[in-house]
Amino acid sequence: MENMPLLVLIISAIVKIVIIVHLLLIGVMIMIWAERRVSGWMQDRLGPNRVGPQGLLQPIADGLKFMFKEDIIPDHVDKPLYVLAPAMLLVPALVIVAVVPFGSSITLFGYEILLQIADINIGILYILAITSLGVYGVVLGAWASNNKYSLLGGLRSSAQMISYELTLGLGIIGILMLTGNTLSLRTIAIEQGAYPWHWNFLIHFPAFLAFTTAMFAETNRLPFDLAEAEQELVAGYHTEYSSMKFAMFFMAEYMNMIVGSAVVVTLFLGGWHFFGLENVGGPVWSGLISFGIFFVKTAIFLFVFIWVRWTLPRFRYDQLMNFGWKFLLPVALTSIVVTGTLWIMTGSGSRLVVGIGNVVAAFIVVSIVAGLLVMNKTPEPAMQNDDPQITPSALDAIE
Amino acid sequence: MNPEQILFFLFGAVSLVGAIAVISFRHPIYSALSLIVTFFAQAGLFILLGAHFVAAVQVIVYAGAIMVLFLFVIMLLNLGTLSAKGAISGKLKGFAVILGLLLAIEGVYIAVNAINTPEVASAETAATESVNTTTYNIGELLFSKYLLPFEVTSLILLAALIGVIVLVKRESQEENEIQ
Repeated sequence: MENMPLLVLIISAIVKIVIIVHLLLIGVMIMIWAERRVSGWMQDRLGPNRVGPQGLLQPIADGLKFMFKEDIIPDHVDKPLYVLAPAMLLVPALVIVAVVPFGSSITLFGYEILLQIADINIGILYILAITSLGVYGVVLGAWASNNKYSLLGGLRSSAQMISYELTLGLGIIGILMLTGNTLSLRTIAIEQGAYPWHWNFLIHFPAFLAFTTAMFAETNRLPFDLAEAEQELVAGYHTEYSSMKFAMFFMAEYMNMIVGSAVVVTLFLGGWHFFGLENVGGPVWSGLISFGIFFVKTAIFLFVFIWVRWTLPRFRYDQLMNFGWKFLLPVALTSIVVTGTLWIMTGSGSRLVVGIGNVVAAFIVVSIVAGLLVMNKTPEPAMQNDDPQITPSALDAIE
Repeated sequence: MNPEQILFFLFGAVSLVGAIAVISFRHPIYSALSLIVTFFAQAGLFILLGAHFVAAVQVIVYAGAIMVLFLFVIMLLNLGTLSAKGAISGKLKGFAVILGLLLAIEGVYIAVNAINTPEVASAETAATESVNTTTYNIGELLFSKYLLPFEVTSLILLAALIGVIVLVKRESQEENEIQ
């Protein structure tokens, strides 16, 4: 890697980018198909099965339809921002994937090529930085639409994303403490090794749950899709969008899901490792096998995304805020303290103790919070009071 | 010109254009967006300096959090476009001229200083050496040499946080009493 000529570096980077972007776009198509088929299966109906084998070509038909639809820009919108907003949601979803390691490495023509577009040393911070930008697409699209339902969706979404971003960031810190001196995703994946009981999700189980939940919230998926709650807001922030602009919002959501799953797999589920398959094959095949493992793990996690969407009902706004600030955030915070304390107390050795300690601590924290909430519960539901109370404090916590 | 210089001028230009756009747009939302562009360009400049961590934090804190709040407030208050006249009163205008002059003098002073002092040769090598360890170094310094300032800062932030919650709580209680 160090001695690689610049030309090889550039060519390999371009090839990797082209492959990964196309895989993402194909992945989006497959996810749209899978979502409809799986939801059909869960609801005891068929789902799309006419276009192509098992309906696999349905997304292509949908895409064609989107392209040929009239692209309406309503008169009352703020035109520059209205056009810009879908791209501002899609671009962050695309560029995040640059730091995700999707396999070990392939040796071609004497050069070792990492299966990752850029192994930068601030990998995790990069991911947090780019996810925090995803909110602009939603908010600007909502505002530019000049429609009260859109604006409500955008405001909900910005409050939600800001709240859950904190948990997203704090959930990672436990891992960082036990992983070397680097924020590189590749190192984190390598240090987890091949055996599932060494993977981070067991050691940091509460943080894993908190991070995953926050990830769901960041993708605006069903338990957290208040930004586009159909029954309340027509279609939320993309009510006024049509044709390919609507399709871009749609694609961005699925792309965020795929990238989110890949990040969770890298951070918590051992990345491209699986025991028994580390040293199979030669310099090329071992890399491809590692990519296959990563692909399968990501696919399983994506299934969980679909599964959750068609199982859980939507949160109410106050429930969403309560859940994020009073349960997820304390759990993530405790996991930092407990991980650090136990790690030092056991002399930097026992992952078992840290893992058990984390679960016990999270259990205690959740019971305390739940107890406090029950004790302080006022007889009236107090839904309207919750918003002004929570939003300003929520906002200031960021700074 | 080497690639780094080209990037420097690119980011510098974007940052300047963004900064000028912040004050020339009449609509607050566009101004806020231009500010985000400036923050991004500055993050790029930080990366060129080898300060990867600072660049990431710049995007996370400023572009990702604070500017979202700006937009949030602008949208909630539904601020219209600023009208051409009457936006700045006569008194403020004099104040603005004085501040602008001070800033201009500072800028000239820094520029003259930078031209007169010889180029710092070691800065570049130091930057490239620390590229792979910046985050680690910052962490180490924060928890050893700068431990006290670090802890004091966090306490101040905590106090501010609690203060805000107390203020907001009192207001909503008063509202309830009125009702």
